[in-house]
Amino acid sequence: MAEKVHGKHHEENIKAYGNNFTTMTPGPFAKWMRTCVIYQAIRFVAINIKMLVVVGKSH
Amino acid sequence: MARVVVLGGGVSGHTAATFLQDWIGSNHEVVVVTPNSKWNWIPSNIWVGVGQMTKEDVTFDLAPVYEKVGIIYHQAKALGIHPEGDKKSDKPYVVVESTKEGSVGETENIEYDYLINATGPKLNFGATPGLGEGTNLGEHTVSVCTADHAEHASHELHKMIEAMKAGERKKFLIGTGHGMCTCQGAAFEYIFNIEHELRKAGVRDMADMKWISNESFLGDFGVGGLHMKSMGFAVSSKIFAESLFTERNVDWIIGAHVNKVESGKAHYELLDGTKGEEEFDFSMLIPPFAGVGLKAIAKDGKDITDTLFAPNGFLKVDANYGAGAYENWKASDWPSTYQNPTYSNIFACGIAFAPPHPISKPMKSPAGTPIGPTPPRTGMPSGIMGKTVAHSITDLITKGADAPLHKASMAEMGAACVASAGKGLFNGTAAAMTIYPVVPDFEKYPGTGRDTDYTFGEIGLAGHWIKHILHHLFMHKAQLRMGWTLIPE
Repeated sequence: MAEKVHGKHHEENIKAYGNNFTTMTPGPFAKWMRTCVIYQAIRFVAINIKMLVVVGKSH
Repeated sequence: MARVVVLGGGVSGHTAATFLQDWIGSNHEVVVVTPNSKWNWIPSNIWVGVGQMTKEDVTFDLAPVYEKVGIIYHQAKALGIHPEGDKKSDKPYVVVESTKEGSVGETENIEYDYLINATGPKLNFGATPGLGEGTNLGEHTVSVCTADHAEHASHELHKMIEAMKAGERKKFLIGTGHGMCTCQGAAFEYIFNIEHELRKAGVRDMADMKWISNESFLGDFGVGGLHMKSMGFAVSSKIFAESLFTERNVDWIIGAHVNKVESGKAHYELLDGTKGEEEFDFSMLIPPFAGVGLKAIAKDGKDITDTLFAPNGFLKVDANYGAGAYENWKASDWPSTYQNPTYSNIFACGIAFAPPHPISKPMKSPAGTPIGPTPPRTGMPSGIMGKTVAHSITDLITKGADAPLHKASMAEMGAACVASAGKGLFNGTAAAMTIYPVVPDFEKYPGTGRDTDYTFGEIGLAGHWIKHILHHLFMHKAQLRMGWTLIPE
């Protein structure tokens, strides 16, 4: 969960030198895009095409 | 007239039986033997496990579906295979025991010309003390392996949510319950669906969530991980998974063999030899899988189970079982026809076939405990195998014994996988992934072992929509409703 403190976002789930210290985390914009209906409708078409290609190659 | 007997009515067996009936059923007999009266779309069990679907939403009665198309259905479990017949007859047969109400325990011999073993796995809860007894789930943890288990899990989860609303802090431990488990994906989906439900219920801040698994790195998923093309990079699934776990504030323990479960506590051994224990209030730990324990008997009554089956109880097929160490493994070790090398009229598909070796690199703790995922053979590959075997048997029956067999190696097929991370029409998310091929081929694709043009993954609402549509598509297909043959596996 990114926390807004003093007007800035902080990745408060990251623990220094813990399990997740070296990974990447999505910022607010990336997270918003995940449930943005217009963008996701486009991705829906794109992902379906990609999946159909893989399904086609596997039969 | 030939008779094809299919043992098992899951994804692979049901696919094989229904296509066989469609292709040759008017002139030949297709018989299905399965202990279950209902078909279950297992990928949606995770939504039953959080109360977002009911058991009825993910199951249907098999008998009327089979009756509609003329498949002969025995609600029974197979006990043994007699591939050479017996002293009285050369005709091969299987011995089955009824599980149908009113005739439970009655045995019967069913002769066959061709046999497909698609029994799926035995849920081996008994492999870990405290996780369960034999195939029965124990009292300390929950499961989403069956629709009944998932319903029970949902009930227990909602008790936790009520307690958290009353101010009690709760610990959740989700993952694999043994060092040799597969199906990490189901546990992955379940932990993120729980997390999503806790947020919806407004109690996420009252929950400590932890993942425990036998993977040597997060994102292994039993396929040795994968590299996905993203933003111009080939990104490891380790980064992908760690990112999601961090975002959702879920901690993890990996390389773990859970060796004992007791009330509120799981004991484990790690790949580095460390031993530890983890307390929990709610836990879902996937059991290891094994073969269902079929016996094979020769004509003279001699036990030939070792000839037909690998030591783990899965049926031997056209795989290379002598590959040895990881360094020697090749994509060509994987079977393509699923025909038994000793008895050419016996095939196995789905989880029931014996893989040549794992996909992930096998590892051991300093004490010698093997800890690593066993290979997944579920979902799309399982359906493709069932259809391929059905195609081969159709040709053997209609074109003669010399007809070439159809092929579908997991080292040459891809898989589309949608892992739900929370259900909701506008706030749900899922990781939509494709992987090509399922088994990495490091000779053809040096480095990652896979074609990164066809291996990708992303998280978002679109993935959730796809998962939801797939649920309805596959329930439609499995019930053999209009146009079912047009829906790919």
